[in-house]
Amino acid sequence: MKGPGKYWRIALGVVVIAGLIVVPLNFNRYGLFILSQWAVMTIAAMGLNLTLGYAGQVSLAQGAFVGIGAYAAAIMTTQGMPLAAALGVAVVLCFAVGWLLGYPALRVQHHYLAFVTLAFSTLAFLVFRNEDWLTKGIYGISNIPRPTIFGFATNRPLPFYYVCLGSLGIVSVAMWWLIRSPWGRAFLALRENPVRALSLGIDTRRYTLMAFAIGSALGGVAGTLYAPLTQYIDPVPFNLSLSLDLLMMVIVGGAGFFFGPFLGAMIAVLLPEWLRFTEGYYLMLYATAVIGLLIYSPSGILGILDRVLAERRSKAASARRAVAKSGLEAAP
Amino acid sequence: MSNLLDLLVAGLATGAIYAIVAVGFTLLWQTSQTINFAQGEFVMLPAFLMLAAMHAGAPFWLAILIGILLSLLLLGLGFKMLLVDPMLRHGVLPLAIATMALAIGIKEAVKQFFSAEASPFPSVVPAGDIAIFGRMVSLQSLGVLALAILAVVGLTALLNRTSIGHQMQATAQNPTVARIIGVPVERMILLTFLINAFLVALASLLITPIYLAKFSSGEVLGQAAFIAAIVGGFNQVRGAIAGGLLIGVVDNLAAAYVSTQYRAAVPLILLIVIILFRPQGILGRAEERTV
Repeated sequence: MKGPGKYWRIALGVVVIAGLIVVPLNFNRYGLFILSQWAVMTIAAMGLNLTLGYAGQVSLAQGAFVGIGAYAAAIMTTQGMPLAAALGVAVVLCFAVGWLLGYPALRVQHHYLAFVTLAFSTLAFLVFRNEDWLTKGIYGISNIPRPTIFGFATNRPLPFYYVCLGSLGIVSVAMWWLIRSPWGRAFLALRENPVRALSLGIDTRRYTLMAFAIGSALGGVAGTLYAPLTQYIDPVPFNLSLSLDLLMMVIVGGAGFFFGPFLGAMIAVLLPEWLRFTEGYYLMLYATAVIGLLIYSPSGILGILDRVLAERRSKAASARRAVAKSGLEAAP
Repeated sequence: MSNLLDLLVAGLATGAIYAIVAVGFTLLWQTSQTINFAQGEFVMLPAFLMLAAMHAGAPFWLAILIGILLSLLLLGLGFKMLLVDPMLRHGVLPLAIATMALAIGIKEAVKQFFSAEASPFPSVVPAGDIAIFGRMVSLQSLGVLALAILAVVGLTALLNRTSIGHQMQATAQNPTVARIIGVPVERMILLTFLINAFLVALASLLITPIYLAKFSSGEVLGQAAFIAAIVGGFNQVRGAIAGGLLIGVVDNLAAAYVSTQYRAAVPLILLIVIILFRPQGILGRAEERTV
């Protein structure tokens, strides 16, 4: 039963990855920008999915971490330092700040945590806007260079798209490994039943902080790619609505599902392009669709899929049971 | 120090409006575990409904009436029936996220159907200054303060002195027992949604003349109300009132004595400090918490 399903899945994965590499070869500049943006937002949403979906801690600050990463990259690369150094700084900085932001999560849950992280998000935005000496304030930082990797300049859109895609690949593999490691199990235990997790000897304190820190660090990774992608940053994209958008991406795709962020980011980044004909009504339609989706399935699109698959599996199982039962009854 | 009195009066006036919004916010939380992230947009919308009625030719008083009735219908009944009722069984967090989506939806709808520009809004209180203790104080601030205090006193009286108020409190404290002793729980929950809708319409009427009607003004208002509710105490009406007044005063003092750039940061820092050291709020009782 399980064998062919597994092969199908691997084949599907290979096709999707090949498609992501081959299809954009003849995309124009704008199409490549949108796809790169999808890759970057997926990385940020994966971080949030770890915090929210796996460890069950609400965060409305992921956009702020993307901002921190983007500013680290912009400030350092415009000073002539390599992007890799900026990536290191962004990851360490976001990890540390995320760790600190996790402390309130040890004391309060749910909505309180949402408000603390919301407050942090707004504070970060104020810093981006007001600390002119560091961030150039509302004028923003322009002429952010794109990196040269192993001697290849990635100035043109296509090579830089591959940088984003490659980073997404690395992050995905790392995440895949992480959620299957004992740490991933511990995060799940934290979400499902923190008291029981504690009684089983899991250091819930440390894992809560860790979930925040790793999730935030991934936000920083996304930010370091965002700055060279747009080549110009100002504080506006990193206000609270980015955090809300990222949260929506995770929820719409399916929180706690590995591929949830991929799907959610695709909908949030690509759908506006397809729905361009609706003009200003797009966000209204999106908001209405999200509410409808949440009413129907609070676990997102992959939640619907999961439910359908589970139903089919149980139907198949009961059919097998019926066959087995009739076989048993026929035997004597 | 010369304008400290002005600052205090203005702070109390905006604070009283925040308090009204925060009270509605806590009422929804208490009776139906709804964390309404769209509360700020709920305050922004009625002003536009009133403006629309005035554009259609209604006089100001009629426009106010229409605005309040429409917000009872849309933000009270509609919000409960179409969003909260179907979402509530999924738990607190999905519902909260649905209200975030609702906030985006309301904001965009206003931007599309009305205007992206800020519109002036007539004041219910006449402009001008009045002398108190030999000092000139803005009449508008005093009028807003008086109306807001009236609303808060009226609501407190409703909750504490009438049978309906007692039934609502019983519903909030323990719906199961309330149902057993014959309280019409469903009707009481609906009533809190209607009260919230009335409160936001009132807040809209009072605050819009000060800050102009703009589609994005809900963000600031909503945040101020959340902070007020949490700082005062999430599970208490009087906590929300105290929190609202405090945030209003702190906000206005910060605007005068802290840099204008970081004015907005002061209430946020207050929020973080309160959540870290006294999460039940200044006047709140401690809630049961996991781990």
